[in-house]
Amino acid sequence: MGTQGHETEDNSAVPGVLERTKVSRVVSAKTSVPQRVTEIWRSRELLGHLISSSIKVKYKNSALGLVWSMVNPAMTLIIYWFVFGVVLHNAIPNFVIYLVSGLLFFNFFQTGVQMATGTIVDNAGLVKKVAFPREILCLAAVGTSGVFLFFQGIVMVLFLVVLQYAPDWGLLWMLVPVFVATAIFTSALGIALGAINVYLRDMKHLIDVILTAWFWGTPIVYSFAATIYPHLVRSSLTWLYMINPLNPIVLTTQRVIYGHPIVHLTSPGAPLMQLLPSWGWNTYLFMDLGVIAGSLVLLWIAMAIFGRLEGNFAETL
Amino acid sequence: MSDDVAVSIEDVSKRFRLYQDRGTSLKERFVKRGKSRYEDLWALQNVSFEVAEGETVGIMGHNGSGKSTLLKSICGVLQPTSGQIVVNGSIAGLLELGAGFQHELSGRDNIYLNGSMLGLSKKEIDDIFDDIVEFAELDKFIDNQVKFYSSGMYVRLGFAVAVNVNPDILVIDEVLAVGDERFQRKCISRIREFQDQGKTIIFVSHASHLVRAICNRAVVMDRGNVITISNPGDAIRTFRDSLLAVEDRRNPQKANGQDTSGAATAERDAARTVRIEQVRLNGSIPGVQPNVKTGESIKIEVDYHASKRVEGATFTFELWLGESTEEPMPLMLRSSDEEGFIFSLEEGHNTAVITVPVWPLTDGTYFLNVGVATQNEGMMLDWKEKAVTFETVFEGRSEGILCLPYEIALRDQ
Repeated sequence: MGTQGHETEDNSAVPGVLERTKVSRVVSAKTSVPQRVTEIWRSRELLGHLISSSIKVKYKNSALGLVWSMVNPAMTLIIYWFVFGVVLHNAIPNFVIYLVSGLLFFNFFQTGVQMATGTIVDNAGLVKKVAFPREILCLAAVGTSGVFLFFQGIVMVLFLVVLQYAPDWGLLWMLVPVFVATAIFTSALGIALGAINVYLRDMKHLIDVILTAWFWGTPIVYSFAATIYPHLVRSSLTWLYMINPLNPIVLTTQRVIYGHPIVHLTSPGAPLMQLLPSWGWNTYLFMDLGVIAGSLVLLWIAMAIFGRLEGNFAETL
Repeated sequence: MSDDVAVSIEDVSKRFRLYQDRGTSLKERFVKRGKSRYEDLWALQNVSFEVAEGETVGIMGHNGSGKSTLLKSICGVLQPTSGQIVVNGSIAGLLELGAGFQHELSGRDNIYLNGSMLGLSKKEIDDIFDDIVEFAELDKFIDNQVKFYSSGMYVRLGFAVAVNVNPDILVIDEVLAVGDERFQRKCISRIREFQDQGKTIIFVSHASHLVRAICNRAVVMDRGNVITISNPGDAIRTFRDSLLAVEDRRNPQKANGQDTSGAATAERDAARTVRIEQVRLNGSIPGVQPNVKTGESIKIEVDYHASKRVEGATFTFELWLGESTEEPMPLMLRSSDEEGFIFSLEEGHNTAVITVPVWPLTDGTYFLNVGVATQNEGMMLDWKEKAVTFETVFEGRSEGILCLPYEIALRDQ
């Protein structure tokens, strides 16, 4: 991230004197969503600076710095592995890999939503004094979470290498639509909640509770195929669980990284277990594309909400 | 909208809801549903004017007149409740110096962060980075965290970023009041460079001499309305009047509040404790422009009327060079208490006499502004803008604006 693109701007003629094409801007109570998107696109470099400065600030006075963003998820992973794998005798082989693949994008989502919810209030000084599209702050929170995702990806690769575990190489590309889906969904939620939190400050606490429930409602430490799926098929209500956009996201990642839908349990006798649904890759992809489409609609709605509420930010903060 | 309009403010109103006690939690919101009381405050009411490209417009008004709200709306920090503002070109707002600085980051990082907030790409900031550091005089400290900066350094960095970003439109709110005098001069000369490049500047200030020195036009605001848009001289006069009106509003027993009509103005005038009736220079007759010769003494007589006894009064006078058409230059801005002249004014008519033993200036047109203020509260009781305009014709042959008395002799004879 962050390499400068080749911006062929016509300001090379006179060094030091910047000639930009004049842009016209309208400040009024109503700006449409397409206008907002244009404004955000114009400020895309600011997004990069905000992300990098929030990372810098976060680890400014810590000795280990960015290493913390790897130590944290690694520790969480080890704790879950210890509780579910060792204490509760979960018989899933290579349980750590199963966990890490489920946690990867859920953490991205969770951290992104949490940070985005508080970001407008936290940056009150900025919002009151400097003009820029405020959605950028929420997007920067999601982007920062994306940086953490990158480091957690490194942790995951380390686990894969140490345990000599091979993901399903042929499906690795599916992580791209998964990433896109998570990023859009997280941004949509983050933008809406960031704006609402200005008026209802306890949204931040509420969202923490909801996110905890959300974590257990998503098949990360348990198996979807072995527990919930059979019931859903019987009652033909599969779609209900699929309304949770994190479900296809987590399932796809598990399918790509963990790779084996049916496993031999490590317990004596070694019966077979349906750990992941035995869908074809196109079913997974189809669901992920569905999440992307749905999230884009949500994003539109979120920006419309944000636009409605934004007008009073500077005076409410 | 034509091409040469930089900022067009079209029927803009802004309402603030002042809640007495507004809940910010779900519970409070629920409990107080529909019960939270608020007052509507219209900070701007149907404000319309245009700023042409290349123009420098000053906005004046007392505290609470809506000028900062207007400025924030132009920058896009606030959205108007109704109406719209069209801004043609890039805009850099200096609403508060160093707003948006991250204290934990170094000056270098903050330049990039701030620059991108003002709409620059990384490459563009690279190009102006050295200029910014040089202008802010921070080369040794640029990699230190901003939280260790002194307030002066902070302000310098903020201003340096904003002016070097080189926007089409620069919006400045009162920020020139900070920083030491040398840096202020540097900022003003930078603003003049800006003007020479044909950039647009919108400038809020209480300092009327700055407005007069820098602006082409000035807007005076009072309680959310634009009351004057005119040349700086007239605007400053209106501004002083509106300040007096504010004083009267605070003392309603003296004036009856209404101050928009001419009759009300007269009534307000009558309510002032001290009124300057006439100012004469060397016994001049009103309506006839006096001439003063270089080297002669001058006597300024200020006839005033006090409707009651006033303690701790001081006379302020400003000497300016220049016609209204040119850019006037302040020569001497004094308040008599600075020299220890503080008076108790008895009720009734009297005359204050200011004498200057030698008039040291040569050719030019000059004018005097005279005012009476109370020393303690710093309240302006009355003010006469351009109380006397006069001309000096220098009879000597040499050039030069100043002609101080001097002696010359040979030592050994």
